[in-house]
Amino acid sequence: MSSDRQPVRITTRPHLAGVPAPEIGHNGNYAIETHDLSVYYGGFQAIREISLPVRRRQITALIGPSGCGKSTVLRAFNRMNDLIPGARIEGQVLLHGQNVYAPEVDPVEVRRRIGMVFQKPNPFPKTIYENVAWGARINGYRGNMDDLVERSLRQAALWDEVHDKLQESALALSGGQQQRLCIARVIAVKPEIILMDEPCSALDPIATLKIEDLMRELARDYTIIIVTHNMQQAARVSDHTAFFMIDQERAGTLIEYGPTTQLFTTPHDKRTEDYITGRFG
Amino acid sequence: MNNRQVWARGQHGRGEEPADEERFESDLGRRHRTGRAWRIAFQASTVIGIVALIALLYTIVVKSAGLVAVENQVDPASLAVDGVPVQDQSKEQLLAILEEHLSTGTMRRLESEKPFAGRSQEEVYQLVLDRVVEPMIVASWPLTESQLNRKAIEAEVASDYPNAQLQFRSWLNADFLLNPQSSQPELAGVRTAILGSLWTIVITIAVAFPVGVGAAIYLEEYTRNNWVNRIIQTNINNLAGVPSIIYGMLGLAIFVRMLEPLTSGSLFGLVDPTTANGRTILSAGLTLALLILPLLIINAQEAIRAVPNSLRQASYGLGATKWQTIWHHVLPNALPGILTATILAISRAVGETAPLVVIGVSTYIVADPNGPFSKFTTLPAQIYQWTSRPQDEFRNLAAAAIIVLLAMLVSLNAAAILLRNRYSRRW
Repeated sequence: MSSDRQPVRITTRPHLAGVPAPEIGHNGNYAIETHDLSVYYGGFQAIREISLPVRRRQITALIGPSGCGKSTVLRAFNRMNDLIPGARIEGQVLLHGQNVYAPEVDPVEVRRRIGMVFQKPNPFPKTIYENVAWGARINGYRGNMDDLVERSLRQAALWDEVHDKLQESALALSGGQQQRLCIARVIAVKPEIILMDEPCSALDPIATLKIEDLMRELARDYTIIIVTHNMQQAARVSDHTAFFMIDQERAGTLIEYGPTTQLFTTPHDKRTEDYITGRFG
Repeated sequence: MNNRQVWARGQHGRGEEPADEERFESDLGRRHRTGRAWRIAFQASTVIGIVALIALLYTIVVKSAGLVAVENQVDPASLAVDGVPVQDQSKEQLLAILEEHLSTGTMRRLESEKPFAGRSQEEVYQLVLDRVVEPMIVASWPLTESQLNRKAIEAEVASDYPNAQLQFRSWLNADFLLNPQSSQPELAGVRTAILGSLWTIVITIAVAFPVGVGAAIYLEEYTRNNWVNRIIQTNINNLAGVPSIIYGMLGLAIFVRMLEPLTSGSLFGLVDPTTANGRTILSAGLTLALLILPLLIINAQEAIRAVPNSLRQASYGLGATKWQTIWHHVLPNALPGILTATILAISRAVGETAPLVVIGVSTYIVADPNGPFSKFTTLPAQIYQWTSRPQDEFRNLAAAAIIVLLAMLVSLNAAAILLRNRYSRRW
């Protein structure tokens, strides 16, 4: 490395070091994959022809400098971009081989199966209980709601802190607790995939650590895709990392995608190396 | 060297003067003086507003009470029979008094208005007071003068109205609230007007609230930002500024004339179609609803827009449909704002006079409105009518009616604010 700047100290989990780079194409190992996905906002192309297979029950981090389209890719998975006037997509997003943008697919059902946690904790201005129960109820959950709420809060590592104040306002919780509540709320509707859009950027380091531990827990049952600005976070929690950058026409493109350990230690692309060593971005 | 001078020398205290073009001339004194001048200007505007408000309340209150000189045509004491004062006499005795003092023509007319057999003792007593005793207020004085110049007023009454009694009268009293309209100021009340106003407002709210909120939801949550919708939006904004009398003309053309069978009630067989008349409470309520719709839509849109987008995103992200998002999150969170918008709109509607005059508010009715198809009058219309009468006493009545109108506005608003606070503390 011919840089006078110190590279960012990265710690990766060693057991993933030998995992080969995933191949493109439908495969039972992948929870969701994009094929030549492009997203346009009006006349502006935000991302260009991205093919990204995401492995089942693993954590995939999307990293890259600001404005490189990683959030747009994330929101393309569960069709949240549909809500933005003038947004349209080309290409495919395959959930179990089924294109979520196919005309017969209802985006509402897609969003239940692919849950989302946002950058800023956004609990509903309701009780803690109601925050967790609401999503399940509107989706027609027929089981025991109290059990579901408890199970979801336990899975989100929040139960011990809130079990005695379930009927209090969710807005009284701290930022980190609110974010875990948002995760519990997503878990309650039993998604297959959880999308997280910079879930820790509004939190302090301790709350961040708790969320990261939680993500590792959740990765046993769920496929998690996380957008993060924090490279240490990507290195700490993710199994695979995708690095994005904008091209000459300011559209986001996928530069490199591979196991986190490999991407952070022996990146194939010079631009990836420059970014992760802190030379720009 | 005192503190201020030390501070003024600031960072150059060590004696190295910077080059002229780099020096700061902070001139703090002048900047603070400018600030103080503006502060005084803003205070003055507030004071002017408060003074104007106090002046308004003063003129109203002063007129609503004071000394009056009352002359009775027949002394009520002379109507007593065997020491029984007139108000305690039986209906038959009272009828005898009426027959004695009134012409047969008048009696026949009263009979045809409402048969005597069907009238209660109080009603007949009221007739005796109105028609036989006929107390007349021959002069009245405002409150301040009554308090400060009582001697002079007494002297004036003694010389000018030898038969009159001087008494203190609050024009705003229980009788005033409970009596119907009358051509005699001492008997006139605002009951019909209050009931008319309330009926009208109920219809206005019932129509304008759902339509206005519905339109606001549609415009905020469903429409795309294209030129058609921009034109609609611009038009709504402009409609909010259209003079209210224009709405009166619209109401006259549509509700009173075109939809007469509906607004008069003849469509439902409630009145004889040949005598049907669309100048009813329903027409007035619908007209006022049209009048406040733009206001309500704009303010409700504002309230809906203020609901953070993150809530909508969270809802969609959980697999909620658009309607579930609107019903469970957007509306509950916008409701306090929507209710505030409704309060403002209703306050405006309660005080409107011009459109009602155009659609034909009755200025003189004695019968209580008993449903949406009644003829009616409203408080502001009543006030307007009283102020245009030549007799001074009606202006006292108008002042009292203004106080009633203000009280009604305040209580309507208070009720709406309570409602709003209740909804903001839903969880």
